[in-house]
Amino acid sequence: MKRSTIDLWVGLFVAIGIAAMTFLSLKVANLTPQSGSETYTLTADFDNIGGLKVKAPVKSSGVVVGRVTHIELDTKRYVARATLTLDKQYQFSRDTSAEILTAGLLGEQYIGLVQGGDPDNLASGDRISLTSSAMVLEQLIGKFMTSFAEKGSQDAPAKTE
Amino acid sequence: MNALLNPIRRLGALSINAIWRLGFISRFFVAILLNSGQSLLRFQLTIREVYFAGVLSLIIIIVSGLFVGMVLGLQGYNTLARFGSADALGALVALSLLRELGPVLAALLFASRSGSAMTAEIGLMKATEQLEAMSVMAVNPIARVVAPRFWAGVISMPILAALFNVMGIFGGYLVGVEMIGLDAGTFWSQMQNNVDLHYDVINGLIKSLFFGMAVTLIAVFEGYDATPTAAGVSSATTRTVVTSALVILALDFVLTAFMF
Amino acid sequence: MSSDSFIELKNVSFAYGDRPILQDISLTIPRGKLVAIMGGSGSGKTTLLRLISGQVLAQKGQVLVDGKDVGRMSSRDLYQHRRRMGMLFQFGALFTDLSVFDNVAFPIREHTRLPESMIRDLVLMKLNAVGLRGTEALMPAELSGGMARRIALARAIALDPQIMLYDEPFTGLDPISLGTIALLIKKLNDALGTSAVMVTHDVHKSLEIVDHVYFVAGGKIAAEGTPDEVRHSSSPWVQQFVQGEADGPVHFAYPAGNSLAEAFGIKGETA
Repeated sequence: MKRSTIDLWVGLFVAIGIAAMTFLSLKVANLTPQSGSETYTLTADFDNIGGLKVKAPVKSSGVVVGRVTHIELDTKRYVARATLTLDKQYQFSRDTSAEILTAGLLGEQYIGLVQGGDPDNLASGDRISLTSSAMVLEQLIGKFMTSFAEKGSQDAPAKTE
Repeated sequence: MNALLNPIRRLGALSINAIWRLGFISRFFVAILLNSGQSLLRFQLTIREVYFAGVLSLIIIIVSGLFVGMVLGLQGYNTLARFGSADALGALVALSLLRELGPVLAALLFASRSGSAMTAEIGLMKATEQLEAMSVMAVNPIARVVAPRFWAGVISMPILAALFNVMGIFGGYLVGVEMIGLDAGTFWSQMQNNVDLHYDVINGLIKSLFFGMAVTLIAVFEGYDATPTAAGVSSATTRTVVTSALVILALDFVLTAFMF
Repeated sequence: MSSDSFIELKNVSFAYGDRPILQDISLTIPRGKLVAIMGGSGSGKTTLLRLISGQVLAQKGQVLVDGKDVGRMSSRDLYQHRRRMGMLFQFGALFTDLSVFDNVAFPIREHTRLPESMIRDLVLMKLNAVGLRGTEALMPAELSGGMARRIALARAIALDPQIMLYDEPFTGLDPISLGTIALLIKKLNDALGTSAVMVTHDVHKSLEIVDHVYFVAGGKIAAEGTPDEVRHSSSPWVQQFVQGEADGPVHFAYPAGNSLAEAFGIKGETA
């Protein structure tokens, strides 16, 4: 088989292709964390998860430590159960609390973990017991309106005095 | 009455013809698969065609990818800035490229550059009796001429699409970070947080693999099926580009519905 | 002459769709002889070649090559049959993306596993036979029509075929190139001992080199004979063809089905 310049060009072409795909997987898609056995899972029950979706990030102090991999409704207690897959290098204590937060005013929702003080760490499959639900805008506005109305009724007689 | 019936009759004839060609192209596809042994054993044949189909398309893919990414950067920034989420520009550019624009635009460019060239080349080989000469020499033209071109297209398309994506993201980076002045770290981290390897990158490449198969199959088929005259080859070339464009867009819809 | 026939057509009929091309044709090509098939354009000459090469199959009758029916060959047999057959196409049909060397080497590379050095020797030998050694590096686009035809001839004889088929080898050549090709065909045929069929409408040059002539008209054999018999034939048809007269037994006008007067809409004057 003869070597020719065409072979050189095609070799270069394929090399560029492999480089492009590597770039897409590593730099663009963030392949590096949570690969294979380097993860563990936790569950957390919430009264209301709001707009939380599968694949939403799990953050602690703003650092992404894992992702939400599964969401289901517990039909015994009627709470939402989220399964979190976390990177093994991040361990959390047993009294860690989880809350559903929103990035910006209208941004995507994610789970924030706040480390507790217990010396023992959560093991794979454990449940985070301290949770607070998502803020739902309608409920928030509703609460605000009631408190505003109550305040108004208290203020009203004072004015007439 | 006749004048009334004629359009209906023509429509009927067109549909029958379309189904006929669909059957023919399916049979042709099977024939290519059955005769692919040679193009894989004597890989030199396929490498030659990768050069013509892939390497020579590099320039157009690189330049178009860069511009598409820059346009995405500008338009995306203008829209996102209104909602105060200009930080998400990286994610927007990467996701639109990886999922849709990269595979689709690269395939459209590939069809008009390499697909039309393949049709014209095979059509002219037919018009000048080269294919017939080959089969009289006991060499199967499908194995010797068509199959290497088909596999070259299938190999080249994902590479070109990946390159288009990279260039597009780079273009978006140039506009977003270098020109507008967004933070480079935010740009990349937003992208990495929102792009999933399997959902976005791999599915996009699978799409482009399907597009590569469809475009090259249409191109070699139109060439092989062309009427062996100058007018026949030119209309076959036009048909390749038009049919490929329609098939790419239709197939994109079907694949998107399946994948995402 | 049927005693040692190599190629034999027996009562062959062929039609493209409803359009009959050949009707009940029988002819024989003896071993080692060069036979010409002549006739006007569209008389089915080229179809005869395609029947022998197995590109089309006869609807009726048999096409026997060395005793085997081409129409009944399995694809393996047909492959074997074509391997020992060479064909020179009307305009050469050289592969435009390959150099002259690669064109001539093509059949050798496809069908044998010879080392590159031996392929080189064979190709140079064949190119030398057609008098074009030294053109190896040229591309077909750089060749004149006559040279391209000779390269195509070198490619056709690359595997030393037992059967040669020539499809209009003289079309579109200047008189000198035409003479060269005719001489080469004759020389190679004698040297290689191939049985050859040449389809042509160039009467004078062909009569100089062939051993036997068949005239085909209207899908049938109109006349046959050795070149001498043809030159002195009393048949008005053969005379018209050999002399190249415009009108005669073969009519100048296409059978339109109605008269000119009818076509112009002048009624009552039907001929």
